[in-house]
Parts: sequence; C-alpha cells; structure tokens
Amino acid sequence: MSTAPPAIRLRGIVKRYGEITAVDGLDLDVPAGTCVGLLGPNGAGKSTTMRMLTAQALADEGTIEVLGYELPRESKQARAECGMVPQLDNLDTTLTVEQNLIVFSHLYRVPRRDRRAAVDRALEIAKLTDRRDAVVDELSGGMRRRLLIARGLVHQPRLVMLDEPTVGLDPQIRQELWALIDRLRSEGISILMSTHYIEEAERLADTVTIMSHGKVVAVGKPTDLVAEHAGSEVLEVYGPPARLLEIEAEAKAAGRRTRRTGTSVTILGDMSSNGSGLDGVRRSGNLEDVFVLLTGEEIA
Amino acid sequence: MTGASVTRDGAAAPPPARPTRRLRRFEGSAVGGVLIREMINFSSYWRSTTFSSTIEPTIYLLAFGFGLGSLVSSVGNGISYEEFVGTGMVAMAVLFSSAMPSMFGTFVKYQFQHTYDAILAAPVDTEELVSAEALWMAMRASVYGCAPLVVAIAFGLDPSWGMLAVPAINFTAGFGWSCFGIAIAAFLKSIDNFSYVTSAVITPLFLVAGTFWPIDQLPEWGQVLAQVNPLYHCVELVRHAAFGWEGWSDVWNFAYLVVFGLIMWRLAIFGMQRKLVN
Repeated sequence: MSTAPPAIRLRGIVKRYGEITAVDGLDLDVPAGTCVGLLGPNGAGKSTTMRMLTAQALADEGTIEVLGYELPRESKQARAECGMVPQLDNLDTTLTVEQNLIVFSHLYRVPRRDRRAAVDRALEIAKLTDRRDAVVDELSGGMRRRLLIARGLVHQPRLVMLDEPTVGLDPQIRQELWALIDRLRSEGISILMSTHYIEEAERLADTVTIMSHGKVVAVGKPTDLVAEHAGSEVLEVYGPPARLLEIEAEAKAAGRRTRRTGTSVTILGDMSSNGSGLDGVRRSGNLEDVFVLLTGEEIA
Repeated sequence: MTGASVTRDGAAAPPPARPTRRLRRFEGSAVGGVLIREMINFSSYWRSTTFSSTIEPTIYLLAFGFGLGSLVSSVGNGISYEEFVGTGMVAMAVLFSSAMPSMFGTFVKYQFQHTYDAILAAPVDTEELVSAEALWMAMRASVYGCAPLVVAIAFGLDPSWGMLAVPAINFTAGFGWSCFGIAIAAFLKSIDNFSYVTSAVITPLFLVAGTFWPIDQLPEWGQVLAQVNPLYHCVELVRHAAFGWEGWSDVWNFAYLVVFGLIMWRLAIFGMQRKLVN
C-alpha cells in the first residue's frame, strides 16, 4: 500500500442542473500513480465530473479532494499541480504551436528560467518539435489533439485528467495517443481518463469506474470486471432477427444473461461448461460486454 | 481484447514533487499570464485593428470637422469646431476600442472558442481573468484613444503639455468601458442581443456626451443625463487637458471615471463567475 495521498478522492458527489441530476452520489478514487478510466455512455455524467475536478462546476453535495487539496476551497493550488486536457479543442488557433505552450507555461507559473526547457519537453512528448512554428489552424486533427495534451503537461503535473482524449479521431491517431498516454503512465503520473471507448479503457486503465445516469455501477480491474460480469468466454450466436429473439428467450430460460451485439446475440457467463447446445462463435468476454450489461442496451 | 489490457510493468518512479509555492487569492502572475496571451494574440491581428482605429477618427474628423465646421465658426472660448470635435472624439475612440471589442471578444472567447474554460482549468480564477482582460483592453484604448488627437494635431490643433495626461484618462475610462462590455457579454444570453445594447445604450450616450456639440445647448434633461454619462466626463477631461485644466471640476470628472471603473469591474467579475463556474 502506498502512503501517498490519493490523486483524486470523491465521496458522495451530487450535482444538479435544475431538475436534472447529472451526478448522483458518485464515489471515485484515483490512487497515486495509477491510471483510472471513467467509463460510461454519453450523458452518464463524466464531463460534469471532470469539470468539478477543476472547480469549474461546483458540487451540490459531497467532498472532493485532488492531490490532497480540498475543493473548491483549495482548487487553485490543485489546478497548479495537475493538468487538464479538455474534450473540446480550445487551443488558440491563430497562434503557433510553441506560442500556445508559452502562454500556458505562464498560466501554470513555470519559473522563467525553466520555461524554455518546459516548452521543449512538452513539444518532445507530443512529437511536435518540428512543428513548433506551425500555426494551429494548419495542424491535422491528431496534431491538435497532441498539442492539447502537451499544453496540459507543460508544468510537469503529478496528475493529468483527460476528458475523452480520442473522441472523433481516426484509429491510427487513436493508437498514437494511446502510446502517448501510456508513456505518461509509465512515468508514474496519476491519470484520470474519461472515455466511452471501451478499448481505450481496457488498454490503458489499471482500474475502471463504470458510470451510468450519474451513478457508479461497477469498479475494478478490467480483467476482473470481465470475469465477474461477462465470463472469460462468451458465445455469440448469429441468425435472422426472429431467431435472435428465440435465442434470447432460450438463454434466459437457462438462467443466462444475454446482450445484443448488433447482428448477433451474445450469451454471457462462462461457456466452458456449456449445456445450451447452441451453435455460435466462442470468443473471450470483454469490457464491452460488461459495459452494455451494466449501462443498459438502450441509451436514452 | 482482454490480453491487451497491459498491467503496470514494475513501479516507475513518480516525478519528483516540485516545491510548489502557495498561491494567493489574487495573483499578479495569473493576470500577467492572461495578458501575455492577449499580447501574443495581438501580434497576429494588430494591423487591421490599428488601421481601423486610425482611419475611423480621420474620416469623422473630416466629415464633422470640415463639413459641419464650415457652418460653425467657433464653439466659444476661441476653440474652432475642428478642435472641439478632434478632442471630443478621443472619448468616442476610447469607447469603441474598449466596450465594443470586450463585448464581442468576451462572448466569442467564452461561447465559441472556449478559451476561458482552458484558462480557468489552469490556476487562474475568474477575478484574475476578468481583471487581466479589462487591463489589456484599457491599455489598447489608452493608445488608440490618442489617434483622434494625433489626427487633429496633424490638421492644426496646437499641442499642449496637458495632452500628456490623455493616455491616463483614456486608460481609466477604457477600463470602465471594458468591464462594462464584459458584464454585457456575461449577462446577455445571445450575441444577437448585443444590438440592443449598441442601439439603446451606447448610441444615445453619444448624444449627451458633448462630443459633437456642447451640452449646454441641450435641454435640461440632456444636461442631467450628461452628468451621469461616463463618456461626458471623459470628453470634459480630454478637452481640459488640451485647452486648460479646470481645477476641482476635473478632479470630479476623474473621480467619476474611477468609480465607474470600480463598479463595472466588480459587476463584470460577478457576471463572469456566474457564467463560467456553475
């Protein structure tokens, strides 16, 4: 067990916007030096949670601690020591890559003598050293996203919060960003990453917290969650829609849980002692099975 | 897929905890950081802004000064109409280089560019952000507000020592107008509503500011309105700076601008805090 205070500790957080309760009694832990994935469908309350961690949204109930600082009272101190990578690209588009980083080195109070090196280091992490003089408007989507991450790292934070870091990007660019995030992880930086891409959480997160309708529905290591809720091996049965309905009914009768997988039905639970007699494709259970099982087949 | 979920390879050493300075509630360095952002941005658009800020007063001066000026020989005290308008337009230039850009700029940065979200995620609070933005606009207004005076001098206005105070007058008035613009952006829900402010608030202010004609020719209600109009106090100060100070009357004019600035400053912070942190 580590003696360091947790990077993030949320207890009983409630956040309401008028009639809508966006976050409803959320507990969340990010132990120091780990990467936690905050997983949930759109509208689950992930972005609201991220905003509360920089005190840009204020909780109605509950306590928030970031790097041992109590929010919102000590949020400025907390913000000085952590980096935020927003979902929305809010770079200064008429400035160069380097100018964007210089501005934030000032906002993050990087001492004058360290500024040059801090900017160079951030450029290197984001692999943008040779594009330092390019105006942001000229950059590709992937480069802009890397710059957005670099901007949140310019002051060498101990904690980085990434809100949907790869949303709307090509698979190739997504891989690139995963490599970048994995590098931060290996450097011992605490990471909280919200995402609705299951693969992202599965690859990068030490633990995931699955949210639905503002509440936590599961917490654990991706592999443990898969084993617990989906089973290590599942059966995917294909067929015409009418047949899929029958299969669902049969599986339910046999006490098994199912989920729709587009053109097929996936029968969950360990299939090694399968007695259902159904024909289908066996595959490993994955976090997506858990996700859909816990957050519901249909998203309002 | 499951095989891809990598476990941590050994415990990598966490980055050294830097000795972080305890941050204060209001930090000069936060204000400085936001100012630097504005200055770097300005380097990419200063040409167009400078062009319009100098061309506009020149056109007004030609139109009013020499157009109307041919009908009006003098406005009393031996001041020609061109000189009267040239000095009066300083206040207008200040208004147009502070209230307008801060209204629109604030709204765009808040609503469309999400710039303020990025800044507030860094250790900068709304109070520091608003103060920095208003300071920046006030500095710009201080310089651009001198353009009509320079143009008027080029057309024959005699320079005087008192004119050296004009940048400071402009700065004070510009700070208040910038905060006014930020507050408008904070309280109005849509950028389309800004036209209500420009036509129902800003334009009427001109009529009772003494820019193009002396206010003592206005009916009594107009003279009363002028007294509460910050634009009028700015016009008075600049004219007196150019043609001779008027003692306590100018102290009052300046005090009025300072109080206007302070009230608008707090109002802008209140409005933006409500808008940015929720």
